[in-house]
Amino acid sequence: MAFPYSEKVLEHFRHPRNVGKIEDADGKSTEGSPACGDMVAVYIKVDDEKKVIDDIKFESYGCASNIATGSIITEMAKGKTLGEAKKITWKEASEELGGLPPVKAHCSVLAVEGLRSAIRDYEERHGLIEERVPTTVEIITKRLRHVMNPLRGLDIVRTNLIKDIKFEDGVVTIVADLPPDHQFASVIKTDIAEKIEPLWDVHQVEVEFTG
Amino acid sequence: MFEETVYLDNSAGTRLDERVLEAMRPYFFDTYAVATSEFGYSMGIEAREALDRARATLAARLGAAQAEEFIFTSGGTESSNMALKGVALALGEKKGKHIITSRIEDFPVLNTAAALGRQGFRVTVLEVDGDGFVDPQAVDKAISSDTILASIQHANQEIGTIQDIDAIARICRGKGVLLHIDATHSFGRVALDVGSTPVDLVTVSGHTIHGPKGVGGLYLRSGTPLAKWMDGGFQEFNHRAGPEDIPSAVGFAAAAELMTDEESDLLGGLRDHLLSRALAEIPHTSLNGHRTKRLPQNGNITFHYVEGESITLQLDMRGFAVSTGSACFSKSLEASHVILGIGGDHERAHGSVRFSLGRYNTKQDVDGVIDAIAEVVGELRAISPLTPDDTKG
Repeated sequence: MAFPYSEKVLEHFRHPRNVGKIEDADGKSTEGSPACGDMVAVYIKVDDEKKVIDDIKFESYGCASNIATGSIITEMAKGKTLGEAKKITWKEASEELGGLPPVKAHCSVLAVEGLRSAIRDYEERHGLIEERVPTTVEIITKRLRHVMNPLRGLDIVRTNLIKDIKFEDGVVTIVADLPPDHQFASVIKTDIAEKIEPLWDVHQVEVEFTG
Repeated sequence: MFEETVYLDNSAGTRLDERVLEAMRPYFFDTYAVATSEFGYSMGIEAREALDRARATLAARLGAAQAEEFIFTSGGTESSNMALKGVALALGEKKGKHIITSRIEDFPVLNTAAALGRQGFRVTVLEVDGDGFVDPQAVDKAISSDTILASIQHANQEIGTIQDIDAIARICRGKGVLLHIDATHSFGRVALDVGSTPVDLVTVSGHTIHGPKGVGGLYLRSGTPLAKWMDGGFQEFNHRAGPEDIPSAVGFAAAAELMTDEESDLLGGLRDHLLSRALAEIPHTSLNGHRTKRLPQNGNITFHYVEGESITLQLDMRGFAVSTGSACFSKSLEASHVILGIGGDHERAHGSVRFSLGRYNTKQDVDGVIDAIAEVVGELRAISPLTPDDTKG
């Protein structure tokens, strides 16, 4: 049969490994959003002594590439140190799967980003971010590139949804060009808060809608 | 190779009926000449007579007063291009540059309208309601002194909604605006009589009615201004240049004759069975389109919390062919403009599945696909972070 996917992609798609939630996860993340068509959640349990990923699970709302990449990445990361796991790239995951169609890169890269974000979440919660770089508008902007604009399926920075970003005394104020009663306003607000709140010197995140 | 496949994507294209192939066969090997005038040689005259008979059959099927009102084309895409560009070229300078269409039209109409928009025409794209209906009053309101054409589909390609074409046609006629309808998906399945419904141009196609792919037609009411936009010979009453494809024209007519109300009723029954089983047995599902005012062969359902390409791939591996409005399924990676057009969000488009029935489907096929999809959706929901806990089971 002429499926556009390798046997291994199809195998992981049909029988994904390590699926589900870890209720008492040490680190977790979600990347993507229902609106853009793909979403991945990654949960990790970490051996605090050795800094090794003892257990990892993922959930996926997405297409075959997304599910298969989520599955392979959990297999690749399990038993690795946080430092090693952080370095896993989309290319390595794709090679491990026997290749992915290039058009599907954006669906599958989410799982790789999900793993990195879950590790960062663990590190932030455990005070492991060594250099405590003070948060800047640039750092906030970088994180906002991981929040999707459901209207466009691309991130909110690239689609010019963000009109202004301020950071003063631990309070981040973000101005979004969308009416407050817009159907996606609350989703975007939640997504922004999830991405910005973990920053060590941020105490509060305010999102203002002016559309 | 695909003998075991249960094919439920008949709106994308149908399997050719063997009887159609038999009707076509002589025009490949025996009477293979192109159509000539009555002063030509015998084989060419015979070919022309076959073309005339095919034309008469198709024209009659639409209720046309004269066979000459039916022009053969290479398919629905060409017919819609011909209708919109032909009228725009004929009337743009003389009468005005305003065209009206709807948001959920298929791409031949939508993108032709957009192309005209880039060439200085003003295009009004009407919104539709939650079931996909164009409000005839909205057409009325959109018409202004420079309006030359409205192009509204008869029935929708994805959600099957059948428009109130009669009301829309009367409004357009009353205001002197030409009306083109895209009947690609309704032809042979939903009654249309241009004798009683005052439409001026109608797009039809062979590929949706178990006829050949690559043949279509445009009904053109006698006297309707239409500029020729593809130059060459003087075929098809000087509306469409190029030698006619006689086997395809004959096949198209044969296919049209095989379309019966009985068969459409039968498919309507299968559709109702499919919709009621899916909506009753699988939780968190939404029907897309109207429950009854829809094509008899069309069912479209959103399975929430899961993505359509995953569903279609799983179904394919189980031997079922269906399509989805998900962005991941399409080459363009854009979510269905129809589901978004009826007010759905991206999640509703991503989880939407279209089942389109044809002549060769049975109740067993329908039961089979519902059983399979219940399983597939259950498995995908079990790994989806969006699924509510009470549904994971």
